[in-house]
This record gives sequence, C-alpha cells and structure tokens, in this order.
Amino acid sequence: MKHIAFTNLSRRAFLISSGGAGIAVAFGGMLPKKAFGQAAPLSPNGWVRVGTDDIVTIYAPAAEMGQGVMTSMPLLIAEEMDLDWSRCRVEQAPYNPKVYGNPLFGGLMLAGASRTTRGYYQIMRLAGMQARAIMIDNAARRMGVPAAELATEPHHVVHKASGRRMSYGEIAAFAEVPAQPPNFTPAQLKPASQFRLIGKDIPRVEVPDKVSGRAQYGIDVRQPGMLYGAILRAPVNGEAPVDVDDRAARDVPGVHQIVRLPYGVGVIAESYPAALKAKGALKVTWSERSKARSYTPDKLLPEWRKQVNNLADKGVPYETHGDARGAMEKAAKRVVAEYTSLNVTHACMEPMNCTARVDGERIEFWAPTQSPFGVFLAAVKGLGFKPDQVKINTTLLGGGFGRRAENDYALDAGLMARAAPGRAVKTIWTREDDIRYTKPRPMTVQRLEAGLDAQGNLVALHHRIAGESVYRRFAPPAFQASGGKDLPLCEGAYELSYGIPNTALEQLFQETGVDVAVWRSVGGGYTKFALETFIEEVAAAAGKDPVELRMQLLAKQPRGQAVIREAMAMAGWQRKRPAGRALGLAYSDIWETFAAMVVEVSVDRKSGKVNVHEVWSAIDTGVALQPKNVQAQIESSVVWGLSALREKLTYVNGVPQQSNFHDYPVLRMNEVPKITTKVIVTDNKPGGIGEVGLPPVAPAVANAVFKLTGKRLRDLPFKTETLKA
Amino acid sequence: MIKFVVNDREAYSEQPGDTPLLWVVRDELGLTGTKFGCGIAQCGACTVHVNGVPTRSCVAPVSAVQGKKVTTIEGLSPGADHALQKAWIAEQVPQCGYCQSGQIMTAAALLAKNKQPSRAQIVEHMKGNICRCGTYNQIVAAIQRAANEA
Repeated sequence: MKHIAFTNLSRRAFLISSGGAGIAVAFGGMLPKKAFGQAAPLSPNGWVRVGTDDIVTIYAPAAEMGQGVMTSMPLLIAEEMDLDWSRCRVEQAPYNPKVYGNPLFGGLMLAGASRTTRGYYQIMRLAGMQARAIMIDNAARRMGVPAAELATEPHHVVHKASGRRMSYGEIAAFAEVPAQPPNFTPAQLKPASQFRLIGKDIPRVEVPDKVSGRAQYGIDVRQPGMLYGAILRAPVNGEAPVDVDDRAARDVPGVHQIVRLPYGVGVIAESYPAALKAKGALKVTWSERSKARSYTPDKLLPEWRKQVNNLADKGVPYETHGDARGAMEKAAKRVVAEYTSLNVTHACMEPMNCTARVDGERIEFWAPTQSPFGVFLAAVKGLGFKPDQVKINTTLLGGGFGRRAENDYALDAGLMARAAPGRAVKTIWTREDDIRYTKPRPMTVQRLEAGLDAQGNLVALHHRIAGESVYRRFAPPAFQASGGKDLPLCEGAYELSYGIPNTALEQLFQETGVDVAVWRSVGGGYTKFALETFIEEVAAAAGKDPVELRMQLLAKQPRGQAVIREAMAMAGWQRKRPAGRALGLAYSDIWETFAAMVVEVSVDRKSGKVNVHEVWSAIDTGVALQPKNVQAQIESSVVWGLSALREKLTYVNGVPQQSNFHDYPVLRMNEVPKITTKVIVTDNKPGGIGEVGLPPVAPAVANAVFKLTGKRLRDLPFKTETLKA
Repeated sequence: MIKFVVNDREAYSEQPGDTPLLWVVRDELGLTGTKFGCGIAQCGACTVHVNGVPTRSCVAPVSAVQGKKVTTIEGLSPGADHALQKAWIAEQVPQCGYCQSGQIMTAAALLAKNKQPSRAQIVEHMKGNICRCGTYNQIVAAIQRAANEA
C-alpha cells in the first residue's frame, strides 16, 4: 500500500491549497504535442483563441447548470469556423458583457428564462464565421493566392487548385487580426443542410468530470489560506439583527471572527463544521418590522380571491387584444374558474454558496451563478467596489432553476470576505437555510373567464393574476421600461398561440414582504395549469371535444397542431385503457417552442393519491442543437413538473415552515413514470428547451383526473383530499 | 488523531471526532467529489463506502471510521473507468451532475452484491438518492448498461 498522509500537503487541517478553481474542460482524444513552439495564441475575436499547437479554445458565455450550454454554445462557433471538435477546448467566459452578453437580456451576462440558445444562436455563429474569414485571409496572404480560391476543411484552410493546406495552428503562428475585422450578415451563415456539428448529438464536454468527481462546482472552490463562512439569517425576510450575544460562539475552537450583516450574523472559521458550531451558539434578537410578518398564505388567499373577482379593480394591464369585456357582455355563454398556486422552492442539490477574496481595493469571486451580472451588481452596488476592481469566476452550478439568477449568496461572500481581507472566504448555506431563505416562486390566485358565442366559439378570454411582482424587485429597469409588466409572473399567459379574438390579461400586484423570484418556467407552471384545464371546461360548455377545440384555436399554428397530433399518436390516444386509467392532454407554446403532452393517470380513491403511469411528449423547438440533450431537458422538466404537483413552501407570519428534504419532499426514483419524448426537428430558429416540459404536466394530469373522478383540480399543489370517495 | 484508509491510501484527521466525515474528506483531504446536499442523510449526495458499505458521510462522525477503509468517487476505480462511470458517460446521465457521485457510489454497492439487478431492485436500492434534475430513468438505464457490459 502506498503511504501518503494527506496532511503532508499542509500541517494545518482544512487549510490545504490545491491550486485554483480552474474550470477548463479538455475533451477529445489524444491532443497533439505543441508543434510550433510557444508562440502566443491568436484571438481572431473575443470568443475564440487559436493555439499554435492547433488547440482552439472557445468561451462558453452562459453558466452550465445541467442544460448543456457548455457544449451547445461553443459548438456554434466550431460549426461556422469549421473546427475539428476533437481539438477544441471550452472555457467558461470571464465577466465581460461587451463580448459575452446575451442580446435577449439587453447584453447582460445571465443564463435563464430559456434564452441562452435563443440569444446566442446567431451572434456566436457570426463570430465563428468572422474567425474563419480571418484564418482564410491570413492564409491567402501567406500562400500568395486570392482568398476567394481558398476553402476550409475542419481546422484547415485549403487551396484546392494547388493542393496546399495550412492548419489553423500554423496560421495562428503568423496571423494578424485586422483592425476592422470582416463582418457578416445572418443571410451568409451556413444553411442547416450543411451542418456538421449542430443537430448531431455531440457528447457533453463536462460530463466525464461529473462522473469522476473532478468537476468543480462553487462549493468545491479551494484557495490558499481559505476560510469558511456560515451565516445565521433573519428568521423572517426583511428583518435585521438587533442584539447579538456571540460569547459562546467566539469560544468555539477554530472561530476566526463574527461578522454583523444587515440581514444576519456571519461566522468565519478555520473549518466549515467549526463555523456551523459557532453559528448554533449565537444568540440573536431580531427586529420585528418586516412587512413579511403578515405573510400567512392561508389568511391571504381569501383576500386575493376577492380581489380577482372584483372586476372593478382592473389592476395593471399586461396585454389586450380586441375588447374582452365587451365581447363577454355579448357572449351567449360564460365560464368562470379560479385557480391558486402556493410558493415553491428550487432546492438545487448544491446549496447556495459563494467564495470571495478582498485584496485591497479589489475583490474576486468564485461563484456558482446563473448571473455574473448579478454578482457584479452585488460587488458594485452592494459592496461599493469600482467596476474595474471586480473579477468574477463562474464555476459549474449544482442546479440553478432560477435560484442562482439571484445574487444574495454573492453579497454574503463579499461581506464576509471584506471582514477578512487577504483571505478567501467560502460561505455555504445549510440545506435548512437554502429551503427557508429561498426566494420562492410567487403565490398566485388566477381568475379566468371565457365567453362563447351562440355557435360555441371561444370569442373572449379574460385572465387576471394576483401575486407579488418578481420583476419589480429583481429587474426594476425592465419592469419600469415595460410600463409595469411582470414578465415572469405572467409567463405563459401572454402572446397565446390560440387564436382568440378578444383577450385581456391583468396583473393584481400584491405586497407581501417576501421576495419572490424566478423558478423553472416561472408563470408557465401555474398559468398553463389554469389555461389548459380551463380550456377543457370551456370545451365542455361549448359541447366540443377539448382536443378539437384546441385544434380549431390553432388553425393558424400548424406547429402547435402537429405536436398535439404527435403526442396523441405516441400515447395511442384512441386505445382503450385498463379500468381506472385515463389519459389527459395539455399544450404549451412558451419560449418559441411548441410542446404537447399526454399522461396516463389513475387515482386511488381511498387516499386521493394521483398516480402518473406514463408520459408522452412531442416537442417542436425548431433547429435542435443537440437533439438528445433536448430530450433530456424535456424529461428533466417533466420530472420537475411532476414533483411540483405536491411541492409547497408554506409560511406562518412570514416564517417558512419547511426546512429540508424530509418536509419538502421532491420526486424520487420510485415515483418516476416511464417518459417518452419525441423531438420534432424543423428548420425554424431554435426555441428554448430548459423549461418546456414543465407547464403541460399539471394540466395534463388534472385533465385525466377529471375524466376519472369528475372533479376539477384548480390548486397547486393538488388538493388530492378532494378526490377521496 | 483519527487514522483510517481513504482510496487505498493511509490518512488521518486532526479534526474533533464528531466532525462529519464529509467535511474531513472534502476539506481536510481535498477530495471534493463527495458532495454536501442536506446534512441529514436525506439525499445521498455525500455517499461514500466505509468497508464497502454505502454510508452517508454527512452524518457519519469521523471517529466512526477509525481503522476503516473509506472509498470515495475518486477512488472507485483508478482511471475513473468503473463500468458504472463508463455507462454514465455512454448514457449522458448527468445534467447539473452534483448528485451523481453519490448516485454512482450507491449504484456501485448494488452491483457489488447483485450483478444483474432488476429494474425494481435498482429502484428500491436507489430511491434514497435525490436528483433534482430528474435523471432517474437515465440512471436506471446506465446501471442496466453497466450490469450488461460488466
């Protein structure tokens, strides 16, 4: 047996330096030895670096949280630059929004809202095309031939007439980047028929490290002399420490210091267990001034219900087509239903954490974040650092789901690091803190009203949503610029692909004092639940088959019709099911992706338990960059949606009532049904895929439950006790 | 000082005996493949083997492994080429990947005693491990692939 005492690395336990937190991912087979010495690599533009050893490094602009963008985005460059993928490396981009910002977020560096593929699809391909042109132009000068005579093959520029060829690495050794690099238009990009990498199921670059234990998440960051932080957070959102008795905490061996924070009390220690022990020994009294002290959903829901039914209160309009109220007045028949959804939390498997180090005027972060922009804001607005003194390293994320679009963990890290200058401090939330002090999906009450004409046509839809605004707190500029439209709160309820002549969507904003946030598919989780179950009530009132009604409403949306037909075919819609089983269907059109889902369900009438036996989904996301990855994302969000049927984070007087996986149970392996997904590839521009599997789940299941029991489920989580018979 | 063996190498910890093995492995020994998920043995992200038995290192005090053999994901196979690790890549199982060390270590204990587990046996054995990305069906497929190719 080899004898290696780990502590040889350091005499002091828990203070081991093991290098940086590099997150470069190498892949491919044997990498060639450096063939051209140590010449500096060539950067044709900010996206790509060509080494003289033929290794090409591509920057991934968006955080990798499991959605596969560390592979699918760099592939876009490789496709248009004509790279040999086995000689590419991927690095997470540094914080530089001028180069790596997402146009769909106004140029901010932020991964979320299913906007990564949609935002970067064109600009990264254009950047790849530009880099390819620079390689060609340099080769043309060296070969003394017109650039027009040159073509590329993977990783090479070739001159067909003479048979000469130069590798990109060879070119990098002498190439110059022009002061005015050539620019291209989208019309010049490769047609889909010539794609060599896009649409071809390339293995994900970071997967090998994720099965070997080498993958570096934020929580795995190790820096020389690093300290560990734990924070006792205020029990209710918005409160602050008033009196702190830290005598016992200071006596815990290994404690470095106690840090008073605006929203809690931090402990910095030589080890994380020591920090936790000291945290447990703190005695703190808290302010009692927060608005959140009155947040008890059981008491608030009846008030919100009243408000959505008081049509005189028009709230803040979000979207209007035609004259919904006028059409409603003239309608032959009306249908009204109310829906509720409670708060839910993300429970990312990697609890919130962040590491920071302050050196004089500078601060450096190692952040598992969806939003380098948010980390930057925390540093500049929260901590007062100057923009050019902030460095942000984005690590891998152990789940994001919207939670890591926030920056509270970065503010933690910065405040703690500022208290221990010169030392990196890694602050980790416990699971209890992660659940309790989350920023949950908003609680909502929705009221839907439909008007049918004498022929049973749906002529008016009036949709009212009561809930706390996400954007007012999270994205004030976007909120104000839109005239007070809360895009995430209302997600799934606007720009409907159903052709309904008169619609009105209204927001009834609440102020609860609890910070609510984006959560995988945000509004889509409850608006599509309401809309897609309501549509079946409308069909019943019109005496129509619900699928037929959807098909009529999608008369001008063949892609929508196609996914519905496909999901029904996959499920064998017409096939008789065993006694006690029924199928339900739902449809979703968010994020420029069309999705239809059929589920097979049974209900245990003794307990009210709803069992989902099988799920079939058909998706048209246009060009699927990585079809199998699209499928994996759909399946992931289906499981997430099934879990959400029972998830709830409840509050009493602002105090969260759940704390860990025993009382906030998420779906486990023994609860997962068979799931089949078909990705219909079309040549439409790619839509988002990280969330689309979720919205149809709840309504499809509820529609099946209605067939079995005659009961309409109108609450999330499902009130299964109403199904007992 | 608590002495034990980690991944076939002798190791010791100078932390108090009640320190969870998880933090000794991660921070004192630098083996960060073992993950912190819940701290109360509810999620399985911290699963390691102690004398071959899958163990939740977040609730196991380091004093309990005195003289024992601990295996972490880094020590499962010398070149990260255990049949399960190869199958995990072939099936492209991980999404965020954070839970997968624990999933693989739990699955390895199953295959060590049952070379051809049924789907039902896999599910029964694995249901203590949470994957928030919902890769459960891919995990089952990978375990079956590893069993068939071993």
